[in-house]
Amino acid sequence: MSTETGTIGVVIVDDHAMFRRGVRAELEAAGAGVVRVLAEAADVDEAVAAIGEHRPDVVLLDVHLPGGGGAEVMRRATSPDTRYLALSVSDAAEDVIGTIRGGARGYVTKTITGPELVSAIRRVADGDAVFSPRLAGFVLDAFAGSIEVAAVDEDLDRLTEREREVMRLIARGYAYKEVAKELFISIKTVETHMSSVLRKLQLSSRHELTRWASDRRLL
Amino acid sequence: MSSPSAPAARAPRRATRDLHEPIIGGVASGLARHLAVPVLWVRVAFVLTAVIGGMGIFFYAGLWLFLPAGDHFETAAPGLESATRGGRRPGRIRRLTDAGPVVALAALGLGLLFATEAVFGRGALIWPVAIAIAGIALLWRQADEAQRERWLDTTGRINVSRVILGDGGWASYARLAAGAGLIVVALLVFSLRSGSLSVALDVTFAALAGVAGLGLVMGPWIFRLASELTEERAERVRTQERADMAAHLHDSVLQTLALIQKNSDDAATVARLARSQERDLRAWLYSEESTDEATVASALRGVAAEVEDAHGVAVDVVTVGDRDLTEALRPAVAATREAVTNAAKHAGVSRVDVYAEITGEAVDVFVRDRGKGFDPDATPEDRYGVRHSIIDRMDRHGGTATIRSAVGEGTEVHLHLPRPADQEADEE
Repeated sequence: MSTETGTIGVVIVDDHAMFRRGVRAELEAAGAGVVRVLAEAADVDEAVAAIGEHRPDVVLLDVHLPGGGGAEVMRRATSPDTRYLALSVSDAAEDVIGTIRGGARGYVTKTITGPELVSAIRRVADGDAVFSPRLAGFVLDAFAGSIEVAAVDEDLDRLTEREREVMRLIARGYAYKEVAKELFISIKTVETHMSSVLRKLQLSSRHELTRWASDRRLL
Repeated sequence: MSSPSAPAARAPRRATRDLHEPIIGGVASGLARHLAVPVLWVRVAFVLTAVIGGMGIFFYAGLWLFLPAGDHFETAAPGLESATRGGRRPGRIRRLTDAGPVVALAALGLGLLFATEAVFGRGALIWPVAIAIAGIALLWRQADEAQRERWLDTTGRINVSRVILGDGGWASYARLAAGAGLIVVALLVFSLRSGSLSVALDVTFAALAGVAGLGLVMGPWIFRLASELTEERAERVRTQERADMAAHLHDSVLQTLALIQKNSDDAATVARLARSQERDLRAWLYSEESTDEATVASALRGVAAEVEDAHGVAVDVVTVGDRDLTEALRPAVAATREAVTNAAKHAGVSRVDVYAEITGEAVDVFVRDRGKGFDPDATPEDRYGVRHSIIDRMDRHGGTATIRSAVGEGTEVHLHLPRPADQEADEE
């Protein structure tokens, strides 16, 4: 297992060699002692092989990848303890939501800074969810208007008022700490809310979500 | 999220075949969507009418022939299309859940078939006919797959072998062979059965069946070829527009690169140039998010782009919901511009977050930075444009502006503009 040294083992999956090199350099600079890059992969097959061999804690996964995209890697990989953080240059809603529904625990854009990326990796390794403001916006959009019909809906198919507030603050650019302070709750509680939103996003068969997504041709 | 699927002048609703997860030809699910009934009902209806007198089969075949393929030429942003073509995105997802009902329906149909056979003893005729139908269905389905290809070879001409065989590959050859083979077998069985009749009758019948079979097999291709030429033409126009756009973008990338080389010792300028070019490319490749003044969200994106270019900060815009930008909503956009500009000028940070929630009742915009911040109570009246251009502006138009800031903790401006009462009658 890659955690033997106490660091987080990471595999970088992206089809652009230059980008992989850049991320590796950033992780080595900003994440020294926290994150260790175990391997790189350029397509789905390489990624599946690398994940099987190294059993990383976190895989940084490009959404667009030769061989069927990042979702295909998550479908085929055989390392149950590995968590996935999607890293993409595409902000298209269908890609973002599709990757989350494929099993990724977070989504950040490639313009993220080194320290932010390291902290996102740490969160994902801890089993928490990582939402960029844009992803939070998609979530609010996809689950829009569900509060009024709360009485009849399944739990999975709507956001609680609290989860909605958290999402709204994330969309406004608040960091976790700031969200916690704003809502007078602990960071742990914020993380719990985020994980539960992530679960709903992955599992919900909510009519509205389905329709919202299929309008964007993803289901 | 934001991009509104602005429905142009309401076109008459046309039924189309659903090519996303077809079981045979996508007729049933397309029809179900058009009629707004569960797809299972449509399938049951087809199977029932097929078994009782065979009408369903002809009905299905007719619809398959005449219904246009659904969103066949619908296009995504070029970057996404390219990623799809290159296999870098997940493809169409087959619905496994559909397999259950289909198996059940097939079993039901087969059972009913045997029942009819047992009751009426017409087994002699049913089997050749069933084999022939299976063969024709295979061929039609093949024509359909081929049709999904663009039908054009590299020279832009319609390539006949591509029309028939699609991408080629053993699967399409096998399907073609199986379809043709089944028809031949059916004819053979038929002529053997009717061997008791005179040879002349046999020959005539076989010839007629051959002609009919040819017609059936060629029919869909000829018909679709004609009916989709117009779509093909429209697609070509779109492609040309896109090529123009690409040329323009490449040109602007070249310009940016030239500027970056010239200013390579000025980090701020380089960052600003890169950011602005990135925004252009991203918008074009992936989201097709406009920055014009058509809707509130696109106007806000436009504001963000302007401020980015003018002040060299990154402005991230996240919008939820969207509406047309009416006169009544312009103050919110103008005040947002002020707030973002203030943040860019005075906060001393490189990033500003804009979040807008646009609902039927109100527009809420949050502009946030993590900069120096200030004490709103201690700011001299004359010095800050905030009072005038943001708070007063929002007040005048029936909205509110709330500014939260403290020294060292950044600033957040919340603009709230309810939809004016007289507006509600106009829309919807």
